[in-house]
Amino acid sequence: MKNNITQVTLKNGMKVMLKEIHTAPIISSWIWYKVGSRDEPTGKTGISHWTEHMMFKGTKKFPSGTLDKAISRDGGRWNASTSRDSTRYFETMPADKIDLALRLEADRMQNTIITEKEVASERTVIISEREGSENEPTFQLSEAVQHAAFRVHSYHHEIIGDRADLLTITRDDLYNHYKTYYVPNNAILCLAGDFDTKTMLKKVKALYEKIPKGKIPPRMIRPEPPQKGEVRLSVEGPGETAFTQIAYHITNATHPDYFPIQVMESLLNGASGLSYKTARLYRALVDKEYAVDVSGWSESNIDPTLYRITITHRPDKTPEQALAVFDDEIKKIQNELITKEEITRAVKQAKAVFAYGSENITHQAFWMGYTSMFADYSWYTTYVDKLAKVTPQDVQRVAQTYLQPSNRVVGVYIPKGRG
Amino acid sequence: MAKSNYKLAKSSFPSAEDVHQVTLSNGITVLARSNFNSPSISMGGYLPAGAIFESDEKLGLADFVSTSLMRGTQTRNFDQIYNELESVGASMGFDSGVHNTNFGGRALVEDLPLLLQLLAESLQTPTFPNDEIERLRAQLLTGLALRAQDTSEMSSLVFEEILYENHPYGRPNDGFVETIQSITRDDMEKFHRLFFGPRGMVIAIVGAIQPKQAVEAVEKFFGAWQVEGQKEAQELPPLNPIKKIVKRHHTIEEKSQSDLVIGTLAPTRKSEDYMAASLGNSVLGQFGMMGRIGNVVREKSGLAYYAYSSLNSGIGPGSWEVNAGVNPKNLNKAIDLVEKELKKFVKQGVTKNELEDSKANYIGRLPLSLESNGGVVSAILNIHRYELGMDYYQRYESLVRSVKREDVVEVARKYIDPSKLVIATAGP
Repeated sequence: MKNNITQVTLKNGMKVMLKEIHTAPIISSWIWYKVGSRDEPTGKTGISHWTEHMMFKGTKKFPSGTLDKAISRDGGRWNASTSRDSTRYFETMPADKIDLALRLEADRMQNTIITEKEVASERTVIISEREGSENEPTFQLSEAVQHAAFRVHSYHHEIIGDRADLLTITRDDLYNHYKTYYVPNNAILCLAGDFDTKTMLKKVKALYEKIPKGKIPPRMIRPEPPQKGEVRLSVEGPGETAFTQIAYHITNATHPDYFPIQVMESLLNGASGLSYKTARLYRALVDKEYAVDVSGWSESNIDPTLYRITITHRPDKTPEQALAVFDDEIKKIQNELITKEEITRAVKQAKAVFAYGSENITHQAFWMGYTSMFADYSWYTTYVDKLAKVTPQDVQRVAQTYLQPSNRVVGVYIPKGRG
Repeated sequence: MAKSNYKLAKSSFPSAEDVHQVTLSNGITVLARSNFNSPSISMGGYLPAGAIFESDEKLGLADFVSTSLMRGTQTRNFDQIYNELESVGASMGFDSGVHNTNFGGRALVEDLPLLLQLLAESLQTPTFPNDEIERLRAQLLTGLALRAQDTSEMSSLVFEEILYENHPYGRPNDGFVETIQSITRDDMEKFHRLFFGPRGMVIAIVGAIQPKQAVEAVEKFFGAWQVEGQKEAQELPPLNPIKKIVKRHHTIEEKSQSDLVIGTLAPTRKSEDYMAASLGNSVLGQFGMMGRIGNVVREKSGLAYYAYSSLNSGIGPGSWEVNAGVNPKNLNKAIDLVEKELKKFVKQGVTKNELEDSKANYIGRLPLSLESNGGVVSAILNIHRYELGMDYYQRYESLVRSVKREDVVEVARKYIDPSKLVIATAGP
């Protein structure tokens, strides 16, 4: 994969990444801020995500209610999201309309108006968002597992925040958060699509370089000490279906073990973005009728994170029976070397997923920023090569290192309706 | 700079010139279009074997059959089929609706023959192995147990039951616990024998391949498929429109959020009313942050994280509905707000600015929806299914621009009567 991107740092410290793609008359613009739920102290959980909501409330130039209309009128698509490590905003526009997105993001980086009234109305919207998630047994289980896995590190809480904090965060809290983190030297602007790099860079400089830089905000770093012994927990709730979630502590995305872990995951629960019916866990648990589904995933984070597997149980088997089968599969990957063919397969899968992604310009702009949050763009462009270098011994070693009971949390959702 | 504008974009939209359309001698329609920007292809299509053929006692049969197609064929078992696909990063799947069984998949272009071969086997020679059927049954029943706990799914289910009483559209495609338990292997085998066949099947392929090669590939795997006596679906029965406000609540205990669906019937996709209704719906509950509904329910009142309206138009009468998720104690307040907006919409229609905004959005967003191979596959399948004409995207801008304010208020009044609505809710 050719690394045909331009990277520039503006005088105020803001990073800009540009990638020309002339396959469709579309440009996607993403702005990433280095702030996420990990930066929130107890009492202010959920404030990054809430601030993201407030960024849609308008500025003097684009008053409340006109931002979304302006984008939609031009046929654009836009949205925002908050993760544990970052907050990001994107617009994907017809190429000749991208100026609006650039002006809008430059403006709201500095001039977002946050009023008491808007905060009051958004408070109930966000609580409603949380209540919607709480309706799902798997959210409740996931939240409990996350809490148990991170006692010290601020990955402890969910991105949406705890209800207690959603009830008490004030307008000034939100405004301070905004003023602290939304400075150009804490941001990365990523553009991909149908433009000429020189012309585009000129436009970007004209809009963004004059924004005064701020203090580089500190990131919250409280390393999680190694877990000493398996943690088990249960959550009870309505329904008839039981779920088990098993979460292992794994490395961050720049650790040398990251790629062997990716291969291990694709063997156990399938490659990301594809079906997983020939993955080892599916064959052992679903084909053998111990569960109706088993899926797994891990995040790519700045700090050590979790590899989670969720089992949806059959009513005629207990969670303990399924967990025993699961543990046998883990022992197998620890004790028996995988084949080279299995690695080749994982590489081909990754190649295909990358090819699908290249059909979509929004997706390509996303990856530039996403990788910049924890590494740099070469992490993305060398991904497949690094996967190809993994050996069967590497996979065995990471399976033996990370997939230990003492390194995991096992949570069970117990449905009260099953009787 | 490669100066981009709408005219340039327009020339890249699918048209009669670049969508290759061929009907094979057995009745299969093939649609193909090239896109060499990425080494991948997308494939999709349908055949007329939907839930419309099911009896009430065997509800969910078409769905059960469609999920069983890849569980074993005369050539390969379940594990072999998925091993072929997953080994090369390809994917394929089936589902079903009232009218059709649908399929879709994607792969690197070098693996298109594999994808078509597996599609052909799954459609033509599925074996419905007993052990696989029982495994699937357990999964479907768990799906139904989860559905019973899902406020959004249950409010929609109740909504459709009332709006489409005694009509195939009123029955859930995934059936009920009793009906799924009653379906036998014989039922599935018979359903496949009677309703699956080449007549009426459509397949679209978009990606890094010359259209002619795509057609040849389909011909190779499907050209010899013949089914004698392939049954045709009956016409949809007439629908009795509701005559008053019908309100029903479905209780699901211990939920922190309730869902509501308020709505009525919508025009068919082929109807002349469609574009005006669609633009009207955009103003009502889509444009910007979910239109007027989003503005009133979410922005002004802070009652919901999501509140929007949608126009679901297809072969038969569609639904025009407002959906929202709210705290159970705010349910009635939200219903009142939505009813008020519907009344206003029908009485006053839309303003000139609102309509112009939505028109600009419809025209401007087209390149985005046609960006990926998958997007083009669904666009050209829709053109075919609803007989919109292969020049549809060339005419699209003028179709949108021709809608007037009067047209919108007229269709709003024709379809929405605020004194005759279905109000379905689910939650504690």
